[in-house]
Amino acid sequence: MSAILDWFTAHPQFTAALIACVKAIVILLGLILTAAWMIWLERRLLGLWQDRYGPNRIGPFGLGQVIADMIKIFFKEDWLPPFVDKATFVIAPLIAMALMLLMFAVIPVAPGWGVADLNLGLLLMMAIAGLEVYAVMLGGWASNSKYALLGGLRVTAQTVSYEVFMGLSLMGVVMQAGSFNLRDIVEAQHGLWYIIPQFFGFCTFAIAGVAVVHRTPFDLPEAESELASGFHTEYSGMKFGMFFVGEYVGIVLVSALLVTLFFGGWRGPFIEAVPALAFVWFALKCLFFMSFFILLRAALPRPRYDQLMGFGWKVCLPLTLINLLGTAAVLLLSGPGA
Amino acid sequence: MSFFFYLAAAVAVIATLFVIGGRNPVHALLYLVVSLLAVAGIFFMMGAPFAGALEVIVYAGAIMVLFVFVVMMLNLGQATVDQERHWIQMRYWVGPGLLSAILLAGLLFVLGNGGTHPMSMTEVSAKQVGIHLFGPYLLAVELASMLLLAALVAAYHLGKHD
Repeated sequence: MSAILDWFTAHPQFTAALIACVKAIVILLGLILTAAWMIWLERRLLGLWQDRYGPNRIGPFGLGQVIADMIKIFFKEDWLPPFVDKATFVIAPLIAMALMLLMFAVIPVAPGWGVADLNLGLLLMMAIAGLEVYAVMLGGWASNSKYALLGGLRVTAQTVSYEVFMGLSLMGVVMQAGSFNLRDIVEAQHGLWYIIPQFFGFCTFAIAGVAVVHRTPFDLPEAESELASGFHTEYSGMKFGMFFVGEYVGIVLVSALLVTLFFGGWRGPFIEAVPALAFVWFALKCLFFMSFFILLRAALPRPRYDQLMGFGWKVCLPLTLINLLGTAAVLLLSGPGA
Repeated sequence: MSFFFYLAAAVAVIATLFVIGGRNPVHALLYLVVSLLAVAGIFFMMGAPFAGALEVIVYAGAIMVLFVFVVMMLNLGQATVDQERHWIQMRYWVGPGLLSAILLAGLLFVLGNGGTHPMSMTEVSAKQVGIHLFGPYLLAVELASMLLLAALVAAYHLGKHD
């Protein structure tokens, strides 16, 4: 036993790499499990708000429902319709799931815990978010059916529009923190969370985040009353499952980003005394936003498609631009150069 | 590091060949996305992570999305594939091939004469890019913004209902 320990102390670089790998795998598994159990959370909370029980049969509080659903979806026939464009049809759900997981890499979960510590972390996140469109777009196109194509077109237009000010709304935060690195941004929120100086940035980013992961009320691409289920109409089995879980990973990711950028990340009372509390604070804050997104679904109706696009370009974009200019002016006047 | 450079460069070249030779327009565009991502990877390796990230955001994430979007909306299907098959014949390769060969010869001549300098490995941060854009290159930035504004006005005019 001590020989093994000696070997690890003699190879510090290898040990550091190994620890980083283990941490990354722990975060990945934690993220997937959280996303899967969010399906249960969503169904229970919707049940609560709609005066019914929701899934409560399997395990305590129905917690085992997710396991049952997963077993079912794994054993479903994975049917490849004969009329689809095979290569792109198969690759689309992979892109959806993989890119969502990849984006989480830049998020600092707790001090010293996070997959990648990049100087351009936020920018990389935006780049991956830009590529995420291809998943739904290709899914819609490759399915070779009318509903899927309409859903694909809608989701593309919606995502491209909302990504424009999703990036712009974050630039105020970047300006205040002086860095694209999410760890620096968390550090810079010492004393004052950015929700107060960047309130408009927070509002627009939250709206854009819901629109980019196309959740209700912005789920027009998969509006079941008019488009069957939009871009994933033709998908079945695990391929559908990847789109489905990918969406929940997206919600966890948007919640984590909101927490990191505007609510001080893992900051909270007593973290100096008990360092392990940092992760608890991060998780609690994320849980709050995840529940908030579920409440949005329970409370709001779907807008019309032109209302959705008009709201994005005519309200949110000017608001982010004003926020950006205002932040720049305040920083310039209060900075050391003034 | 140079191994990864050659890997990314090979991916970029091969993907671009598929873009030119591909018959299905959507597949061709996807290969172009792969090619752009490979080029972005090269930027990252050369110590220009900001340029690399912008390459992904602007080209792969925005411009190519619009390309694919338009092709998707036209959704011509089998008819286009047949048309492309008809178009891509050996005799159509001669002219572009000849012109490309001239360019390749010029490139090899320049590279062979020792006019190269080693790849710089200093990392260019976003801040330095900003300082340069709003310092020595301010005029170019302003000109580009005027051009984009003109394009915006034109697009608004074209899209207006009357």
